[in-house]
Amino acid sequence: MRAFAYHAPASLAEAVAILRREGPGGRVLAGGTDLLVQMKERGTVPRYVVSLRAVADLSHVTFQTGRGLVIGSRASLTDVITNRDVRERYPIIVESAGLVGSHQIQNLGTVGGNICNASPSADTAPPLIALGAILRLHSDQGPRELPIAEFFTGPGRTALEEGEVLAEIIVPDPQPHSGGSYERYTPRQEMDIAVASAASFVILAPDGTVSHAKIILGAVGPTPLHARAAEAMLVGKIPSGGLIEAAASAAVSDARPISDQRGSESYRRHLINVLTRRTLTRAIESARG
Amino acid sequence: MAKMIVNVEVNGELQELLTEPHRTLLDLLRDNLSLTGTKEGCGSGDCGACTVLIDGRPVNSCLVLAPEAEGRRVTTVEGLAEDNKLHPVQTAFIEEGGLQCGICTPGMLISAVALLRSNTEPSEQSIRYAISGNLCRCTGYDKIVRAIEVASKRMKANAAIASH
Repeated sequence: MRAFAYHAPASLAEAVAILRREGPGGRVLAGGTDLLVQMKERGTVPRYVVSLRAVADLSHVTFQTGRGLVIGSRASLTDVITNRDVRERYPIIVESAGLVGSHQIQNLGTVGGNICNASPSADTAPPLIALGAILRLHSDQGPRELPIAEFFTGPGRTALEEGEVLAEIIVPDPQPHSGGSYERYTPRQEMDIAVASAASFVILAPDGTVSHAKIILGAVGPTPLHARAAEAMLVGKIPSGGLIEAAASAAVSDARPISDQRGSESYRRHLINVLTRRTLTRAIESARG
Repeated sequence: MAKMIVNVEVNGELQELLTEPHRTLLDLLRDNLSLTGTKEGCGSGDCGACTVLIDGRPVNSCLVLAPEAEGRRVTTVEGLAEDNKLHPVQTAFIEEGGLQCGICTPGMLISAVALLRSNTEPSEQSIRYAISGNLCRCTGYDKIVRAIEVASKRMKANAAIASH
């Protein structure tokens, strides 16, 4: 690694003040499991690093009815995976966070970092988009909130502005008669990166029809993608095997995969069909209770 | 770049170490403290050879900037033995042939010890899952898994004797 100046501010206000004062060329450090690899191997040479290590109140994972789940940007993947409220109320977050890297990586890495690194294959992104999460971003101008669906702008690119830091991820309260599921495909079971992934989240009305459907596809476009055609097909209908098949086929047309060393474009399209069908089936089963 | 002091507890001893921000915890352990049991494999968090415990949790020390270790409690493979007596996991690795070239072994031992602290009766599947972030190119893993199973049984038996 090349040398850089290191800052470990004790508060968020101090962190954003450093970013403003020092200007471009800085990187914010949470767990470091992506940033250090980029600095060692991929030519990322920050002039300075602002570590969130010493910032108080960024490592929390709290749930409160009416306020939803709040994940501090410095909370580790393990902090999230092992949190009782997350396990009980947001199993889809546990499923996806548990797929990131190894135990060693989960003990260092953060959900916040997984989001801000903005890899198209980031496992925690599709479920959080499907759940309608909101990001609380801070700069020296104060805080602002942004739906996570609007956060990703390209591979490794986000709506974070110069001098802005992700402080919290807020996930709305779980809805009654709702269910979600996430699945990715990797050739190996552990320590791999998704060839393709899908998150499905549905809410059922009292008459059994789908009142709300979100299907988010990972690793088949420059950012996680909304399968809008598939979502529209579901709303207002009673879920059936045939409807799920049709939605899965529609999701394929929403995908924009490329061919690379992990898989060809056509293979990824096939995977999206299978993963959408499976996750949608499980989401509906869990919504029916 | 300016040097800085990092205060960190390593294997029960408080250390005050002079380093630079772009060095890693792995560098601190190996170069400042000559604790060369912890190995560098890939340097990018894939192989697990550099696994140490920070505050009881296994992490890749190659992905931790040295100053990030400030105020933390680090355990390396050198800290597993107590009173000159090998940890039961270390003994079981020797007896069961759970190692060949030895490069992955310190990291494997740390992951195994972390598992057995939270799960005293792990299934074969949970053992394999616990070491999924530790790559071994020699053994084919079977003897490592068996060694951890043997260690867990022995530790459980020892705990039962101790409680009587």
